Amino acid sequence: MTPRLLQGSGAIADAAILAGCRFFTGYPMLPFTELLEEMARKLPAAGGVCINAQSEIEAVNMALGAAATGARAATGSCGQGISLMQEGIAELALNQLPLVVFNMARGQQDYFQSTRGGGWGDYRTITLAPKDIPEAVAHTQLLFHLADRYRTPVILYGDYVIAHTSVGIEIEALDFGPLPPKDDWALDGTMSGTGRARQTWTWARGKPNTPGPGPSAAWESIAEKYAAIERSEQRFETYRSEDADILVVSFGTTSVFVDRVVDELREEGLAVGSFRPITLWPFPAEGLAEATHGCAHVLVYELNAGQMVDDVRMYAADRSVIRSIGGVSQDDSGMRQGDLLNADEVRQRVRQAVATPASARQ
Amino acid sequence: MTTVEISTGPERPAHRVADFKPDLLQSSEHDLCPGCGHPVAWRLVLDALVELELSRRSILIAGHGCYTQMMRISDIDSLQCLHGRAPAVATGVKRMVPEATVVTLQGDGDMVSEGLHEVLHAASRGEKVTALLFNNGVFGDTGGHMTATTVLGQRTKTSLEGRDASVYGYPIDVARLLAQIEGAAYVARGAVNTPGMIARTKRMIRRALELQMAGAGFTFVEVLTMCPTGWFVPTLDGPEYLEDSMMETFGIGELKSPAPAG
Repeated sequence: MTPRLLQGSGAIADAAILAGCRFFTGYPMLPFTELLEEMARKLPAAGGVCINAQSEIEAVNMALGAAATGARAATGSCGQGISLMQEGIAELALNQLPLVVFNMARGQQDYFQSTRGGGWGDYRTITLAPKDIPEAVAHTQLLFHLADRYRTPVILYGDYVIAHTSVGIEIEALDFGPLPPKDDWALDGTMSGTGRARQTWTWARGKPNTPGPGPSAAWESIAEKYAAIERSEQRFETYRSEDADILVVSFGTTSVFVDRVVDELREEGLAVGSFRPITLWPFPAEGLAEATHGCAHVLVYELNAGQMVDDVRMYAADRSVIRSIGGVSQDDSGMRQGDLLNADEVRQRVRQAVATPASARQ
Repeated sequence: MTTVEISTGPERPAHRVADFKPDLLQSSEHDLCPGCGHPVAWRLVLDALVELELSRRSILIAGHGCYTQMMRISDIDSLQCLHGRAPAVATGVKRMVPEATVVTLQGDGDMVSEGLHEVLHAASRGEKVTALLFNNGVFGDTGGHMTATTVLGQRTKTSLEGRDASVYGYPIDVARLLAQIEGAAYVARGAVNTPGMIARTKRMIRRALELQMAGAGFTFVEVLTMCPTGWFVPTLDGPEYLEDSMMETFGIGELKSPAPAG
């Protein structure tokens, strides 16, 4: 195979189809739009269905229906549209239905939305935040696997950099191992009239012949499932962190800028390293505790008013050395990151933070 | 005039109504109020599925309301979805399992109040599903509140002096809206307040299911049903009250139907 020049949205579409996605729906909204366009163009040829929905609420509920039949399904938007999808995402979680949700975000202000969830109920959404297109291609395939494995909605936290830039890339199928069969819950009508009809219902009360556990027991077991995911699915990456006194924590595409600055500041003699949560939820708590151990400075660079920093405060070895060096950064179009997504800016902010006495820290 | 011979006993013993149980029910027990029209209407659907030999391929997408109980006791692969969203959910189901008979069940609060968007767009796409509206003109499950189909003059807990158009606007005739949409192949409105009307409504439901399986497009049957509890009328007055209020406002019949084949 030779690499093909692909835009991120096209590469993600190819990866989704390769992973077996057969139902896709969405409502156009930049920078998610191109993914919808790519799926509309490619999915029918792969034997699937792509529907341009008339609202994000309709989209997520259509996708829920497709997922309930056992088909691999996906939808997406950017943060604003995903706000509308929250009712459906919560419903999927409590119905234990798998779905991949692509958040091609307009920036980094959707961290709380992705990791805390906006719907009702005791649920979480596994959220992967790729730093570049090749990782987004791998994460897309992994997310379809994780969604099926845990029967839960999952989120890819992308952005306009991933959606709109192009790379030369070979897209290869990844194998993540066997998955449990879906026969006992996937609705296809074949159990109707047998006395053992299936039921998907958040209250989980079942039918007279096959009583369910009821809402309390069902939701408790779903909460236990999320606790197990929290223990087993933490993913992160460190860069030059082994001997670092200064650790910069960032996620998604901003981490590419951070790692470049780490190299530059290392040449200047600063003992800098970086830490990148790959799963925003479950947050890599143990990895962060270990990486921050003994650090004099833990600097959180995220392009919002301070969201991930809450998780860093929760899990860092020493809370007193944590400091936010990011900020709200949006360009005038409202579609992209603004001036703070800039290596010079990151470098200057790291230098400034390191020079500030501890007593002046936030 | 037909003369009935009564000098000998009947060939079959008499049944009490309660002894009838459609094949697709796992239980005949439910918590619906005396005088409620929903169980009668739902029985027509189950009987039609059995008669058309569609039971072993049927999927039910149920909304939120008193009728949700029918989902619980029916022997049909079922999904209980969010209020208003059944036609969207059914779209995803039917597109992935085209050979299934997909039926959505919603009340007037579910379909016409919260979910008008979803049903209109599913119809416009010509989704090959059968959407059922059990319309009693009130939120029965919450205890008798005004919906988008509450008729003028109807007292509810949120229109205490009766629905007044100058304050609350007018009821929506969703069947008439749907009949104008190209993707809707069959649109009909029946009722369950008299035996004759029940028989007529069952024919509508059968026709809708047949047309769904023939791939004709979106099919819709509205059933006007009694809710004496939500209407604050004596139980036994329900059928007559329905005729004087809802039937008077909306009318009964097929609003749209393809020409018979051949």
